[in-house]
Amino acid sequence: MDFAHSLRLVAPEETLSVAGLILLLVSAWCGDKAARALSIAAVAVLVGCMFLVAPALCSGAMGPDFSAFSGQYRADAFASFAKLLIYGSAAASLIVAPLYLDRFGRTRAEFPILVLFAALGMGLMASATDLLTLYIGLELNSLASYVLAAMLRNDGRSAEAGLKYFVLGALASGILLFGISLTYGFTGTTSFEGVGAAPSAGLSHGALFGIVFVLAGLAFKISAVPFHMWTPDVYEGAPTPVTMFLATASKASALALTMRVALEAFGPQAHAWQQIVIFAALASIVVGALGAIGQSNIKRLMAYSSINNVGFVLIGLAVATPQGASAMLVYLAIYVAMSLAGFVAVLMLKDGDGNPVEAIADLAGLSRTRPGLALALAIVMFSLAGIPPLFGFWGKFVVFEAAVQAGYVALAAIGIAASVIGAFYYLKVVKVMYFDEPADVVKGTSDWAHQALLIATTVFISPFGYLLTKWLGDLAHVAASALFLAA
Amino acid sequence: MGGFPILSLMLLVPLVGAIACLKLEAQAARTVALLATLIDFALGVVLWANFDIGGAQWQFTERHAVFAGFSYALGIDGIALLLIMLSVFLMPVCIGASWHSIEKRVGEYMAAFLLMETLMIGVFAAQDLYLFYIFFEAGLIPMYLIIGIWGGDNRIYASYKFFLYTLLGSVVMLIAMIWMANAAGTTDIPTLMAYDFDPKVQTWLWLAFFCSFAVKMPMYPVHTWLPDAHVQAPTAGSVILAGVLLKMGGYGFIRFSLPMFPEASAQFAPLIFALSMLAVVITSLIALVQHDMKKLIAYSSVAHMAIVTLGLFAFNVQGLEGSMLVMLSHGLVSGALFLCVGVIYDRLHTREISRYGGLSINMPRYALFFLLFTMASIGLPGTSGFVGEFLSLGGVYQVSTWVALVGTTGIILGAAYMLYLYRRVAFGEQKNADAAAMPDLDLREYLMMIPLGLAVLWMGVYPESFIAPMRADIAALDARLARAKPAYDGKLQIGKGAPAGESTAHEGGAEGGHH
Repeated sequence: MDFAHSLRLVAPEETLSVAGLILLLVSAWCGDKAARALSIAAVAVLVGCMFLVAPALCSGAMGPDFSAFSGQYRADAFASFAKLLIYGSAAASLIVAPLYLDRFGRTRAEFPILVLFAALGMGLMASATDLLTLYIGLELNSLASYVLAAMLRNDGRSAEAGLKYFVLGALASGILLFGISLTYGFTGTTSFEGVGAAPSAGLSHGALFGIVFVLAGLAFKISAVPFHMWTPDVYEGAPTPVTMFLATASKASALALTMRVALEAFGPQAHAWQQIVIFAALASIVVGALGAIGQSNIKRLMAYSSINNVGFVLIGLAVATPQGASAMLVYLAIYVAMSLAGFVAVLMLKDGDGNPVEAIADLAGLSRTRPGLALALAIVMFSLAGIPPLFGFWGKFVVFEAAVQAGYVALAAIGIAASVIGAFYYLKVVKVMYFDEPADVVKGTSDWAHQALLIATTVFISPFGYLLTKWLGDLAHVAASALFLAA
Repeated sequence: MGGFPILSLMLLVPLVGAIACLKLEAQAARTVALLATLIDFALGVVLWANFDIGGAQWQFTERHAVFAGFSYALGIDGIALLLIMLSVFLMPVCIGASWHSIEKRVGEYMAAFLLMETLMIGVFAAQDLYLFYIFFEAGLIPMYLIIGIWGGDNRIYASYKFFLYTLLGSVVMLIAMIWMANAAGTTDIPTLMAYDFDPKVQTWLWLAFFCSFAVKMPMYPVHTWLPDAHVQAPTAGSVILAGVLLKMGGYGFIRFSLPMFPEASAQFAPLIFALSMLAVVITSLIALVQHDMKKLIAYSSVAHMAIVTLGLFAFNVQGLEGSMLVMLSHGLVSGALFLCVGVIYDRLHTREISRYGGLSINMPRYALFFLLFTMASIGLPGTSGFVGEFLSLGGVYQVSTWVALVGTTGIILGAAYMLYLYRRVAFGEQKNADAAAMPDLDLREYLMMIPLGLAVLWMGVYPESFIAPMRADIAALDARLARAKPAYDGKLQIGKGAPAGESTAHEGGAEGGHH
């Protein structure tokens, strides 16, 4: 594999890093005045990168031809699928951010640049086929995310969120790095291929510990129980566009990474980690659902909802089959759309002075004051609860179908029964919006960008989404087979 | 079969109406909703008229592979036809019942009802397992909103209870459906109805489906959501809940549990019988002591549905046909009874039985209709209630005399609580001045009551019209169940038949032979 070929494969990363550096220089030169222009440029770069990665997915790229830098990096269909989600949601977060950040002083010029670098790290995570590439991508993403979470410097909650995210994230990175070192020590290699091939005779205790620590570190990133504690505080405290970014792009990249590590690097040892994932999946579903019941802040509620949803995605991982992986990707795509719709709707909730409204009680009677917004939020809630005919049901359906096909009927039955607990708190939001007397807190109008995003994502998760099931299923299938071909 | 997609059209008309209603102001929304439901009813009549009795089992089939994993497949047999007819017949009545009583958020209300109609027809017409599930579950959303927004004082509790109870029952069914589709390699309902699952597996699958249908039906220990939902829902919501939604449980048994898992059904028949017997006796007794009219009728629904389950698990033609007729009749009668309650609730805004009395003096025409539906609920010969109950209990008698005996007490108790209700509401003195001042039925209420009354009498006098479309389907189901049919518990022995004359004298040992 020559160097030029490798460079061609990493074109999206190159574009992002070069664009990020140029924009950084521009921001240093022009200051916060240029923030708006920088945001627009960053969105354009992200959209451009989506076009760069799309061909790999459509052509079903897989195999060693798409491996760059001696197996450090792979630009296959799976990575493309994840990157489309990552870049798309990063662009969406940038589009909705300025209006929000302007409320708290001017939008800072660093914001779009940090998002670009975070997206770069996330893309690397999705493409990593070496434990060290993995770590570089993860840290690049994490460091940018810590700063993003603390973006509102004058707001105590935002600072707290940033600090908390940083301290716990650093701990998780340490755990992950410890796992990586154990894995390296006991298998003698850091490449996923090598790790997957090495202990075919049986897993040594050291390597098993390596798996456990790596998975624990990754569980923190995807906010799976029992490493979920940071999620509600960070989601609540971080500026809402950043929360949206963390809940969608960050989640997609971390899940993609977890899939690659579990199925590619540790794929042959699936029996060793399946129990861990099953536990994490069921615990996430239950804890996410129970934790959300008492919440009065819609962002905290969405945080618990994301914990809950990660549990369902992990069910697809636990079965360790190509169907499971493809179901995970379908779920992930739908979940990203639901989260985007949910957070855009939350961003559109503003009181008379334009301040953001986050208390669920203040949504009372929203269906009468802002019927369109209430309908969109209700669709998001029913969809998150997985009630047909909304598209969220399809995500749950494919995951459980994969579980049943792989013979994990009990896991599927417990998981789906626990999803009923989750339905309770989603219903609560609908109840407040539709059944209660209007509180008349939410006022004002929203700009067209928010509305366009909300309409696009809501239509996607509405029953119309079912028309896309074939297309989405095929793409996810191609992406998942790329993962299993390599293993 | 004509290529015209009439079933899709029937799904589409209310859906378009629903979207239109969301945007319209009150009076226009009412008109649009009424028009949409009437068009759908007309289409239903066309459907029935073109249904070829004795023709192919599945008619008006449509199939489009637009989704991954399942297809958009519609088609009906006689059983589905009748239940669709029931739905489209009750819907205009529901819209009429809500004409004046719903004042706030009329557009959304009508939209929810029209959406409900689409989903109900979808449930009965779906020929794909997952499509059925989607329609079946989606019905929760509009009903949750109907109860929660336009319901009574305790509506929020009732709406949650309704939603979560039914959801919990259904999700387990979904896992069983995935398993079945995976094992049989198809999601086509007619194919699955002929597929023989391993009897050991059938047990589990049957239980999973039972979770869902027993809640929907509702059967005895899991019926508690029904009285709450009925009492809190607006009148039309109760009508549709009792009239159609409960039938989805019975339809589920007749379409899924029985033909797909015959052995398991036979195995669990004693459980069904036990629960149904408990339901008949207990809920009838509970109905006897209710002070709230809607609650009383809600409990009577549980008792009637128990007779349906008895008949379904009798494993013979009478039982199955009887159950179908009880379902249809109960759909009409309980709907009509809720309307009767709604009529006086609109005037006095209370459902307390003791607040009324002597209504036959100031509302004689109302009292006439109320009496007709009361009698139909009791099962008086000549009304729809009689035919179905007689047939299903007759079917049960061929399986178990004891069960039939206990089941029949439901009729006696039913007469007790319904007549007691009627006496307290319509007869006696006019205790309350405001109740005595209520005007009789107006034109709108006539237009709602008369079709229901005629249908009840038609089904009572000439049930053949309703049995004919489903006769072949019931026979097919009976043939499918024949291999698992439980033995008759009666110890009847066919004797030799005593020859006339002198031979009696020789057989001295036989009982009664001695002088």
